[in-house]
Amino acid sequence: MLDSRLMITPAAQSLFDKLWASHQVAQVGESPEDAQDLIYIDRIFLHERTGSIALKSLQEMGRKVKDPARVFCTLDHVVDTFPGRGDDTLIPFGRDYITTTRSACRSANIRLFDIDDPWQGISHVIAAELGIVLPGLSTVCPDSHTCTLGAMGALAIGIGTSEAEHALATNTLQFYKPPSMRLVCKGTLQQGVSAKDLALHLIAHYGSRGGKGCAVEFAGPAIKALELEARYTLCNMAAEFGAFTAVIAPDEKVFTALRGTGYAPSGDNWDRAVSYWRSLGSDAGAHFDTEYEIDAAVVKPMVSWGTSPQHSIAIDQTIPDPDEQEDAAVADAMRKALGYQDLHAGDKLRGLPIDAAFIGSCTNARLSDLRSAAQIVHGRKVAGGIRAIVVPGSQSVKRAAEAEGLDEIFQGAGFEWRESGCSMCFHAGGETFGAEKRVISTTNRNFEGRQGPGTRTHLASPAVVAASALAGCVSSPPAV
Amino acid sequence: MRKFIRHSGVAAPLLSNNVDTDAIIPSREMKRVSKKGLGESLFAGWRYQVPGTEPSPEFVLNRKQYCGASILLAGENFGCGSSREHAVWALADFGIRAVVAPSFAAIFHKNCISNGLLPVQLAAVDIAALDACSRSDPQTRQLHIDLPRQTIKAANTVEFGFEIRPCDKKVLLLGLDPITQTEQYQSEIDRFAERQRQHSPWIQRNHSGKA
Repeated sequence: MLDSRLMITPAAQSLFDKLWASHQVAQVGESPEDAQDLIYIDRIFLHERTGSIALKSLQEMGRKVKDPARVFCTLDHVVDTFPGRGDDTLIPFGRDYITTTRSACRSANIRLFDIDDPWQGISHVIAAELGIVLPGLSTVCPDSHTCTLGAMGALAIGIGTSEAEHALATNTLQFYKPPSMRLVCKGTLQQGVSAKDLALHLIAHYGSRGGKGCAVEFAGPAIKALELEARYTLCNMAAEFGAFTAVIAPDEKVFTALRGTGYAPSGDNWDRAVSYWRSLGSDAGAHFDTEYEIDAAVVKPMVSWGTSPQHSIAIDQTIPDPDEQEDAAVADAMRKALGYQDLHAGDKLRGLPIDAAFIGSCTNARLSDLRSAAQIVHGRKVAGGIRAIVVPGSQSVKRAAEAEGLDEIFQGAGFEWRESGCSMCFHAGGETFGAEKRVISTTNRNFEGRQGPGTRTHLASPAVVAASALAGCVSSPPAV
Repeated sequence: MRKFIRHSGVAAPLLSNNVDTDAIIPSREMKRVSKKGLGESLFAGWRYQVPGTEPSPEFVLNRKQYCGASILLAGENFGCGSSREHAVWALADFGIRAVVAPSFAAIFHKNCISNGLLPVQLAAVDIAALDACSRSDPQTRQLHIDLPRQTIKAANTVEFGFEIRPCDKKVLLLGLDPITQTEQYQSEIDRFAERQRQHSPWIQRNHSGKA
């Protein structure tokens, strides 16, 4: 425990309560009822698109980075993923973001994972695989998918640029403690159904605001059974669920993955850390403002049809009818989505012709994701006229995949094999599949224009994306 | 930071749910390493027929009756998606002073407070009522927001109270800089760091040489 006063706290605490209480520095406000908590920030991660502005702005204000050893930065958002990439990007202004970030990191003495760094990758992927973020730590990044890291039992919060400046200057941030939710997943996921399907199922069922601004704890046997990388996928999608953040109690799978990583503690410190991490679970009787329970066995392979992740259905369902919606705003958004996606109520997604398939992003570009896609692709060919791309989440993932020959499987099938980065999860780097092109994608957002002006995105798991690439239309692996 | 105390202005309705920050400002419009000059890019995908060209006449902010709009009436979960503060910078640069919605995405809400833009949380039926009052002639039937009283009123007709967290209200009313506010807790922060060093030495950055 960080604070000896906590040792005598009698009330049962949730995992999130423990993480929060162990980072409370002070209360900011006139009275306790009005107060925000000043939360200590253990790790700050930046990237070139919003981190660059935060560092530049801090410099302009005449403020310094308080503790550069706690700050890390990567190039992932704007940077190209083409082999042989440099500072120039397809989008004309990309170079400024990259060079500004590089010089700001150099002058502030911040560890930058530059383009040619053997550990470069997407912030949320490398923060975990290098042990930069650990269970029980607080971490912020000016990126909404920072909640990914809650899967290891960290207090991980996505923030804006002003907040990044605040954290850099003070090592703290002011927050109202969010309400809490526990989402218990009973049963087990069926074979061929992944954490991505579970996430899309939850968002479709409860809505994009289903998380109600809560700190959401995922718990239950179906969560315990998930491998750590799958837990990252689930917590990552909490950003699309309207959650403040997500957490999962850390277990042996987490400790095994972290042991021996570049920034993880070692020796006595490792033992002390693990014994603390074992205490990071919700106590029996802990209070949650909202509790939901679902049966994981009912989850089917999911595909999104519209322009919000809540516009998702099981692959064999038909697209719902906006005219049957009671809420006018919901129906309005559905009609706009159908227009943009060039689809109609009652259409089936299975068999819908696609133009491209994309495997990548902080949601689904870890080694297990690539393995799951490669297993389906092995020895087969991408359908004629389909553009198919794999972008590993980090250089480590890329090396590990190549060591297993996954690159050859993908390239042999007709996939492009790229350098690591966020790539076409969004249009920041300037690369796009094009207007009115239909893409099935392992990414997290199917918003209008997300993958480029006019591009139509369908979210799915790596297995469904791989099967669709081979079939040339929305499809699921034969086993399902 | 810009203060928000009271404001009267034309209210434009954009009532769809889940308007995301990619819609508020698409990635391609974030052209400079800068917080400034983003108003032109606000809702670029909807506001222009082809990016950077002719305005789409149908889009609400391009309609004559909503010219000069400074209040946006919105749907559930406004500002969801990417954490990009550019969304708030673009709204503010365009001249939007307040967004009224049944709910906001958490990061977007915080970004509003950081930039002196008022997020007003109000039930969807009340927002519809405000829109109905203003719609016949938005230029003359303006909305009036009073932050000290926490009220929003349509052209001397309906008035609704709204809730706002006290710390957020204070930051907006006084135009406070939260960093300066936090710096007053310097000794508490240093004491916390020292305690953490003693109790949890493993949190200190360790570096084994790899990476």
